[in-house]
Amino acid sequence: MKRVFPILAVITALLLAYAAYEALVVAPTEQTMGDVQRIFYYHVPSAWTAFILFFINFFASIVYLIRRTMKADIIALVTAEVGVVFCTVVLVTGPIWARPVWGIWWTWDLRLTLTLVLWLIYVSYLVLRRFSSSGQTPLLAAVLAVFGALDVPLVYFSIWFFRTQHPQPVIGGGGSIDPRMLHVLLINWAAFSCFAALVCWSRYRLEVLQREIDETQALEALLEPRGSHTGSAR
Amino acid sequence: MTKTGLTRATLMKDLRLEWRSKDAINSMLFFSLLVVVIFSFSFDPTAEESRHIAGGLIWVAFLFAAVVALNQTWARELRNQVLDAYRVSPAPPNSLFLAKAVGNFIFVTVLEALMTPLFIVFYNLRALGPAYQLPIIAMLGTWALVVNGTFFAAMSVRTRNREIMLPLLLFPISIPALLAMVEATGAILTGDFSARFWIVLLAAYDLLFTMASLFLFDFVLQAE
Repeated sequence: MKRVFPILAVITALLLAYAAYEALVVAPTEQTMGDVQRIFYYHVPSAWTAFILFFINFFASIVYLIRRTMKADIIALVTAEVGVVFCTVVLVTGPIWARPVWGIWWTWDLRLTLTLVLWLIYVSYLVLRRFSSSGQTPLLAAVLAVFGALDVPLVYFSIWFFRTQHPQPVIGGGGSIDPRMLHVLLINWAAFSCFAALVCWSRYRLEVLQREIDETQALEALLEPRGSHTGSAR
Repeated sequence: MTKTGLTRATLMKDLRLEWRSKDAINSMLFFSLLVVVIFSFSFDPTAEESRHIAGGLIWVAFLFAAVVALNQTWARELRNQVLDAYRVSPAPPNSLFLAKAVGNFIFVTVLEALMTPLFIVFYNLRALGPAYQLPIIAMLGTWALVVNGTFFAAMSVRTRNREIMLPLLLFPISIPALLAMVEATGAILTGDFSARFWIVLLAAYDLLFTMASLFLFDFVLQAE
């Protein structure tokens, strides 16, 4: 497995470079929006990657509740962290594009609101992990992840109805996409997914090492003879 | 002791405690009174405007006030290790959770019953839609806040910053329920459209999260 990591790193670097070239140079310029539309090649792949990571987080949390393995817990932690980063990219690039195209930074549209609420839920997940005492963290976090996932369809329906009550004439989706643009989009998505996998992987290894260190230190503190500690005691 | 017997015993204990101390209800009442007054003179709306914003104001006030009561739910049991005693007792965790949730439901309902007249006076409210639906919305909405609130309060007593943690967990998850309560109340006050969809959504939210809480509460109580 250790040899796979550098290979994945090289592939990711190549893919990212190629994807950036494709998005900025090769892809045709959009007729009405102009060059600002190119942000689409970063915005959409980030969104897809974030949603996949959140899905993995939900799945790992359920596995943790059933099996109680440390591996599942670390995967849940790592995917939530990286997912929040990608989700932030989505929420930042969105308004940058929306301002020149829609004329507004933000609108309470279905997809925008859903992404924002997801982001809020996962930030609260990370806050919980940060503030609960170490022994209980995995369990409480897994329970919260299940609650968050249950919430998503309800958020979807509520905002869907909310918006149909107050319609807004901004972009509706629809329309077809140039096949060359789709090609660039998919390359970018592949690159972003590889990048996310790479970051998750190294974060995973870091977390495993961190927990080993914590355990060793706890053990050492237990094994140390009592007298030797009094000097440094606060 | 049967499950319902246990639930009733715990509930009666909480109600008696509250009746003697009146800690939760007094702080909630005063808190929401402050919210009403501050909102009222920072907006100073006409009757027509207030119909549109009152739904949001009422529920935000109740939500913030409910957090005060919810935070006390489990913190009260930490003294003298009562929570640990619950954990080692053979009593099913579900009945304990239900008792706490119902207790909080009663507290928040009492608060709402006392505060609603004040809202009506300060904001000059009169429902243009079917007013008989308002109690239904209030009950479903209160239960939505309280069932998740009781659950997350049990989680947040286990964290380092107990009181702050509860709203951080509760508010994001409650967004659809809050939206439903605010929109349904607004729909009835203005009479512009039907509140039926929102009532169904609230009922679905209540059902889903009541089941999830009952199912997962065991994990939270036993978390080491």
